[in-house]
Amino acid sequence: MMRVDLGDLGFERGGQTLVKRALSRVPIGETVRVRGSDPHLRLHVVSWCRGQGHTVEQTTDGLTITRGAASRWNGALVAGRADPFDADAVVPHPDPAWGLAPRGSFVEAGGPSFEYPIASRALVWSDGAQRLYRQAAAAQWDPATAIDWGAVIEHDDEIEDAVVQIMTFLIENEMAALQIPASFLARIHPHFQEVVQVLAIQAADEARHVEVFTRRATLMRRTLGLSTVGGRQSLKTLLDEPDFALASFLLSVLGEGSFLSLLRFLAENAPDPITAQVAKLAGQDEARHVAFGLEHLRRHVQEAPALLPRLARAIEARHRTLRDTAGLNEEVFDSLVIIAAGDFRPASIARGHDLVEALQQDMDRGRKARLSSLGFDDAEATRLSALHTRNFM
Amino acid sequence: MRVSFAKDAYVLGAVAYDPKVVTIWEGFRTWFGSQGLAFDYVLFSNYERQVRALLDGEIHVAWNSPLAWIETERAVAHRGKRAKAVAMRDTDCDLTSVIVVRADSPIRTMADLRGRTVAVGASDSPQATLIPLVHVRRESGLAPGKDFEVRRNEVMVGMHGDHVGGERDAARQLVVGEVDAACMIDGNHLAFSREGTLPKGATRVLSQTGRYDHCNFTVLDTDARCARFTELLLAQRYDDAAVRPLLDLEGLKVWKEGRTTGYELLTAAVNEFGTVDEFVEST
Repeated sequence: MMRVDLGDLGFERGGQTLVKRALSRVPIGETVRVRGSDPHLRLHVVSWCRGQGHTVEQTTDGLTITRGAASRWNGALVAGRADPFDADAVVPHPDPAWGLAPRGSFVEAGGPSFEYPIASRALVWSDGAQRLYRQAAAAQWDPATAIDWGAVIEHDDEIEDAVVQIMTFLIENEMAALQIPASFLARIHPHFQEVVQVLAIQAADEARHVEVFTRRATLMRRTLGLSTVGGRQSLKTLLDEPDFALASFLLSVLGEGSFLSLLRFLAENAPDPITAQVAKLAGQDEARHVAFGLEHLRRHVQEAPALLPRLARAIEARHRTLRDTAGLNEEVFDSLVIIAAGDFRPASIARGHDLVEALQQDMDRGRKARLSSLGFDDAEATRLSALHTRNFM
Repeated sequence: MRVSFAKDAYVLGAVAYDPKVVTIWEGFRTWFGSQGLAFDYVLFSNYERQVRALLDGEIHVAWNSPLAWIETERAVAHRGKRAKAVAMRDTDCDLTSVIVVRADSPIRTMADLRGRTVAVGASDSPQATLIPLVHVRRESGLAPGKDFEVRRNEVMVGMHGDHVGGERDAARQLVVGEVDAACMIDGNHLAFSREGTLPKGATRVLSQTGRYDHCNFTVLDTDARCARFTELLLAQRYDDAAVRPLLDLEGLKVWKEGRTTGYELLTAAVNEFGTVDEFVEST
């Protein structure tokens, strides 16, 4: 018979922990003998056992508890495995009733059904999610110290106007890039924990980008630049996309993919070190966002090849929607030229213009490469890349 | 466009001593329905109203406190009928109450309560008032209100002590020295100790009552629907995930067949104090 000697420990200070431990080690219907000197021990053991469904026999030198049959763990099961690389760790269709139960925990049967509309492994999962999340967590940078905000800005007012216009454009686009993953992450079943973490840190990255672009824009100015209807129309089509795969494709693979080129361009051609730094740091983060989009979509396409034509149709549909809009506002284009030119001499402007054209070609090459890596053939990748929004994102 | 009303539903009465009572009986209504028994419930603000409804045939089964059971039993005896307790919780069986003093109190025996003040729950609480007081009377011969003062904590009178407030108030009065002893159900001594109402080691159990039973499902007619209700109830298993939340809310692991052998102490108390006489006569 299992025995527990509590000494002077009573149930007021946790004695039941030791009794529970002993009861867990005997089969249902078997007994545990409890002894102790706490004056309230009998009173408390008897009432505690009544509530737990155990029976108690009081004897002269102690109490004998018979373990009851009631257990809330009958029918419970382990929900996948905590380590995503264990066999069967991530199940194809997690039970809605698992809700927020951590993957790999022992989940009591029953309870409310959670509304997670995105609950399919094929749709969201990527084996690279854990790696990308960890890279992102390790690469978080502090805007206050990572950027030399005190660096001297020597360029003239018109160059600064161009920088402010580009920053305005970036802030608007990065807010969209923040809200899109944020809108999906609370709709994804928490079983896909690492995916939720990736999207959360992606949103946090974008929050930081919004901060540093705003700080850069307002270093010398009280007001920001222009926000056009065309730009907002383009971004709204991203926000309005309800399908996770399609939104992820349009935002991360095409939009943020194009931004990699843009941010690299800014880092290389910035008229001041602060602009160069914010562009470089933001670009590092965006590269991870693009990588996650590509990884989970590649896996998705492998599991469900019918996704590929749906992705193509999504680009075509967005192109049709935006065909009659202005696309990239002229001021943004001109600002990029001015920044690359560095001054207003005709020869400089011509060089700046060439550089911006090269940037657009670089964006196109990047998009084609990413489309190819998802499984589109060269001709289709070329055709689809050309349909991408003129607004870059 | 028609309203839904199962006119042949088996109707239970319960006292709404806590908002969770709605959750409990809504859950049971759904569950009984899933088992093919049309079931409905009516909530009452006090047990006396519920007992009257049972007597008047407005409800078929009453989820009765032990005091409401005695009220029902006595009221129907007037009419030459018999009440039956068809089921109860495992946690309703073999309860005790304790009379508690401060650990450093000079009160060592029940006789020492003479001239002292004893805090109890609501006047109609079996566990925190009636049974402990008749226990003192039996053990020491002291008459409450005459040989010692009784401090009543009239929280939600009519709910027969289902609300824990009166007992907790009595415990608090003991701790701050307003009273010399306090009465409570055994499980609440542990609960009050854990939550800090009773500081650890600050109290001593002066006396413990004999065992008694608590609530039961009371019926006047044991027809086929009653049999089905009872059968379904007794078949509920704690390991059934659909039922477990309801059992957790009601505070039980398994339903037991009703028994009425555990009401001797309370019967003695209501005889001693005339607690239900006026109500029973009014029925």
